[in-house]
Amino acid sequence: MSDLSYSSSELMIINAARMLRDGDVVFVGVGQPNLACNLAKRTHAPNLVMIYEAGVIGAEPARLPLSIGDPTLVSGALSVCSMYDIFSFYLQRGNVDVGFLGGAQIDRFGNINATIIGSDYQHPKVRLPGSGGAQEIAAWANRCYIMTPHQKRRFPEKCDFRTSAGYLDGKGGREAAGLRGRGPVAVVTDLGILEPDENGELALTALHPGKTVEMAQENTGWDLKASATLRTTDPVTERELRILREELDPTGMHLGSAG
Amino acid sequence: MSKLIPLSEAISKYVQDGDTVYAAGFTHLIPFAAGHEIIRQGRRDLVLARATPDLIYDQMVAAGCARKVIFSYMGNPGVGSLRIVRAALEKGEIEWEEYSHFGMISRLQAGATGLPFMPMKQTAATDLEQANPKIKRVTDPYSGEELIAVPALNPDVAIVHVQRADAEGNAHLWGIVGEQKEAAFAAGRVILTAEEIVDESVIRSDPNRTLIPGFIVDAVCHVPHACHPSYAQGYYDRDNEFYLEWDKVSSSPEAVKAWLGEWVYGVKDRDAYWSKLGAAKQARLQVEPRLSQPIDYGDY
Repeated sequence: MSDLSYSSSELMIINAARMLRDGDVVFVGVGQPNLACNLAKRTHAPNLVMIYEAGVIGAEPARLPLSIGDPTLVSGALSVCSMYDIFSFYLQRGNVDVGFLGGAQIDRFGNINATIIGSDYQHPKVRLPGSGGAQEIAAWANRCYIMTPHQKRRFPEKCDFRTSAGYLDGKGGREAAGLRGRGPVAVVTDLGILEPDENGELALTALHPGKTVEMAQENTGWDLKASATLRTTDPVTERELRILREELDPTGMHLGSAG
Repeated sequence: MSKLIPLSEAISKYVQDGDTVYAAGFTHLIPFAAGHEIIRQGRRDLVLARATPDLIYDQMVAAGCARKVIFSYMGNPGVGSLRIVRAALEKGEIEWEEYSHFGMISRLQAGATGLPFMPMKQTAATDLEQANPKIKRVTDPYSGEELIAVPALNPDVAIVHVQRADAEGNAHLWGIVGEQKEAAFAAGRVILTAEEIVDESVIRSDPNRTLIPGFIVDAVCHVPHACHPSYAQGYYDRDNEFYLEWDKVSSSPEAVKAWLGEWVYGVKDRDAYWSKLGAAKQARLQVEPRLSQPIDYGDY
């Protein structure tokens, strides 16, 4: 066990980074997914190709991009194209391996809500930003990862609004709908990792060091099952923390405080 | 024929009350100067369409210019909530129409290419389709597969900012070119603002970079620094501090009113706005050159 101290955000970013494979073409979001991708690229996945929905392919940002359209993504990139091109030639055509998603709610079957809180679309309790690129990324990227703090309100049994598709109502839902991508293959939280079981239901497959099944169950809005092969994630390393803190996010904008 | 006119004249001539306006630019090249001029001229009942309403529509909604917004991501990019548009939606003060990014951009693509609609593959996330009756299904006549269809968007007017254009409106853009070309071709009228007005020979020296031909453009306006707090690749940086600051300003109606008074109604034009930003801010937004390798078109 490592005695390094790190924040919940650092723990999630590092575990998400480890899921990326060398050579993956990744549809990157800003904030934590951007850090996870850049960390992977600087460690085990030097040939990662980062695509941003603004139309940038093969970005190598020299500074931390605040927005999805930061000019640092363009300078030195492999290619820049229109938004129609990025969503059609790249995503719809099936040229994207990995998508990162987030949202206010993620339900039992990995469906995501980023649109409204409440039951009436016309009169929402809370109006959220909406899909952006998420609806198509969730459908058409070969596999998707979700990063979110593990809180009950973020993990309801069923989303108030289905902005993007996970496994819909369970097993076979995606196939029946003709979606080309595999859907959310892992949800990385600050307690552990959830992955779909054979019915498409998110189950606890890993815990971070020091976390318990009970903690995860208490903070999930459905009866969270723990996998029979439940494992513990590898401890965070000094090198991963150093790259994150010194090279990628020196002001700590997305890292939170270690405690 | 030169179409060079001042921005104030272009807005008064080509933007009418009730128009559907598409102020183009995905994070990059957002035409804030034109948005502010529309506010100053007191346009009302506009339908404001943009994939990301961004601060420009937040400010225009705050100023009472809009009756409706059409969007696909209503946030303050990189910061969080787009407070004014969000509150207007939550209170039911303005109408809205919502798509995914691909849906929104497909609408423009249809409009720009003269098609009545654009098909897209299904995503199985059907709640938005149920909430927005304009999103429909069509059957592929070849395979029988069900596809999603979105209707063409043909705005009354598109406003597009570019790095450089000649006086006729032949325009060079580079960096993130989200939907400027599509918006220009889809719209009935096109107002172009440009960092630089260059001779036609500069445009002709690099024809692959011309995304918008002058013959679809109605007005060309020379407006340097038109995009602040957005940016123009190679000319000045995005003012991320301002995007963060707007999050605070926009949380109080009084602060918004004071901001509009000082920075929109209180300045004559973009030059005055840029001077008012001050030397320190201007210096922070400066960017070092990073030139591309020249290419050879050949002398035929």
